[in-house]
Amino acid sequence: MIRNARKDTLIAYVLIAPFVAIYGLIFVYPTIDMFILSFQDAPLITFGPQTAEWTGLDNYTRLPGDRRFDTAFWNTAYFVLLSVVPGTLVALAISLGITRLSGRLQSLVLALFFLPYILPVSVVYRIWDWTLNFQFGIAMHLFDTLGIDRVPIFKTSTWFMPAVAFVTIWWTCGFSILLFLAGLRAIPAEIYEAAELDNAGRWTVFRKLTWPLLWPVTALVLTIQLILQLKIFDQVYLFSIGGRPNDNLVMVYYIYQRAFQNDDGGRAAAIAVVLFLMVIVVSVLNFQLLRLAERKT
Amino acid sequence: MTPAATRRTNIAGAIITVITVIAAVIWAFPIYWGIVSSFKLEDEVVRPYIELWPEHPTLRHYWFALTQTQIGSWYMNSVATALGVTVLTVSTSLLVGYAISQLRFPGRRALWYLILASFMVPTQVLIINHFVLIANMGLLNTWAGIILPQLIHPVVIIVYKQFFDQVPKEFREAAVMDNASELGILTKIYIPMNWGVTTALSIVTFIWAWNAFLWPFLAVTRTEMMTITVGITQVSDAFGVYYARQLASAVLAGFPVALAYLLFQRRVTQAITLSAGIKG
Repeated sequence: MIRNARKDTLIAYVLIAPFVAIYGLIFVYPTIDMFILSFQDAPLITFGPQTAEWTGLDNYTRLPGDRRFDTAFWNTAYFVLLSVVPGTLVALAISLGITRLSGRLQSLVLALFFLPYILPVSVVYRIWDWTLNFQFGIAMHLFDTLGIDRVPIFKTSTWFMPAVAFVTIWWTCGFSILLFLAGLRAIPAEIYEAAELDNAGRWTVFRKLTWPLLWPVTALVLTIQLILQLKIFDQVYLFSIGGRPNDNLVMVYYIYQRAFQNDDGGRAAAIAVVLFLMVIVVSVLNFQLLRLAERKT
Repeated sequence: MTPAATRRTNIAGAIITVITVIAAVIWAFPIYWGIVSSFKLEDEVVRPYIELWPEHPTLRHYWFALTQTQIGSWYMNSVATALGVTVLTVSTSLLVGYAISQLRFPGRRALWYLILASFMVPTQVLIINHFVLIANMGLLNTWAGIILPQLIHPVVIIVYKQFFDQVPKEFREAAVMDNASELGILTKIYIPMNWGVTTALSIVTFIWAWNAFLWPFLAVTRTEMMTITVGITQVSDAFGVYYARQLASAVLAGFPVALAYLLFQRRVTQAITLSAGIKG
């Protein structure tokens, strides 16, 4: 039996070895390295220990007075506000519509809503950059018809974040829809039959049955969306091409700018640590809230 | 319910159904619009009115993209790196998922916590250190350099563990009685019993890797080494903007993943639902 356990251990170590090697190299080591770098003045392009200098908390103490950091932080918060709850509500509404359909029509409608999620961000960017094009975009015909003045949407600070949030909701909604559909499917049909016998109206059924029963899924969707949108970069970067990146900065964009455009690895790492802590705090809080919600039901 | 009330609900229901279908068509319309514009002539796409179908359908923008740009190399880079990420992620995750699910060994708990921890760490914050690491290894502008930092997909391990946990213990006991080796148990029982999960996870991992933007964008500076997702945004025409041309290369970039989804719709949705921790 003892020999068996030892053999088990040996086999287990062989099985996990490739994974541990990869994770050590690209996860554990870079995470530790990020913290170390954040206390250093280290150019990124001319890297090497000889050029890095310890600067203590300098990289952190400079953040509060840094105007670009300020922009990045508040833009990220603004983007989260514009995308998380609205996106979840849109997904919920669509799922309620889809769940009423059946058979081929249902899978077709689901596919139409889900397709954007499967596309690369650069394709999404091309599609919407074209659709909302100031001169030739089809959406501008709509603007003209509605009597709204045409605007170069992605070149205007007031429109930029709402437009990117809109495109992001369009792009990622499919994922939330899938989760909502799974949640709706898990609600037993008998509950609805009972409600029908009681002559309950559509809105009452939704408010008294569907919404509370679906709450765990809603909370999950909100959590996933929140963490996802804190890390936004791709869309903001792409839609800023030819525009005003400095007004549109978000956290990851600022990390990128500091590190790769200003060649300032240390200060970039300090911003990365701040974002890292933000995501961890949100994850832990959410996790606790989800656990509480589960215990209640 | 009274007959009148029933009729009222039916009408309301029908209206909701119609709205849903119309909304779905509007939702997907920008994709259609992008595709159809890519088959129009450049002077047709900029016309000041809406044409839902090209007057003179043309393949010239595709021909241009395929012959005059580096899209061929980008395609190859995307295929190679996405396949690399898929094979490495799925195989290593499968082995770890199996070890954690079926074997008892010192460090098992620590390993599990490491996996859960990596779930919470956004890979975006590691870009600086990934860049330094990959540069020091001399792997910038290589497939290996694009692949390596993309191998953090803890969710694949978690899904495997769940599925291996559900395989009835009797199979394992019977195999042990027959003196089967651990490798034999894995390859003859656990893997074949979960082919569906492996297929589903492989397809979505491939899609994720194909769609990856931030890291491939940082890891490559030479245009011929770019993946298609990055390439179509980084190289533009020297003179003027050719909308139809840009859209044609976007269609080419999105086509493989859209096709993968349409062919394996059920598997893709299953894997994505599983990845959020919900049983599909």
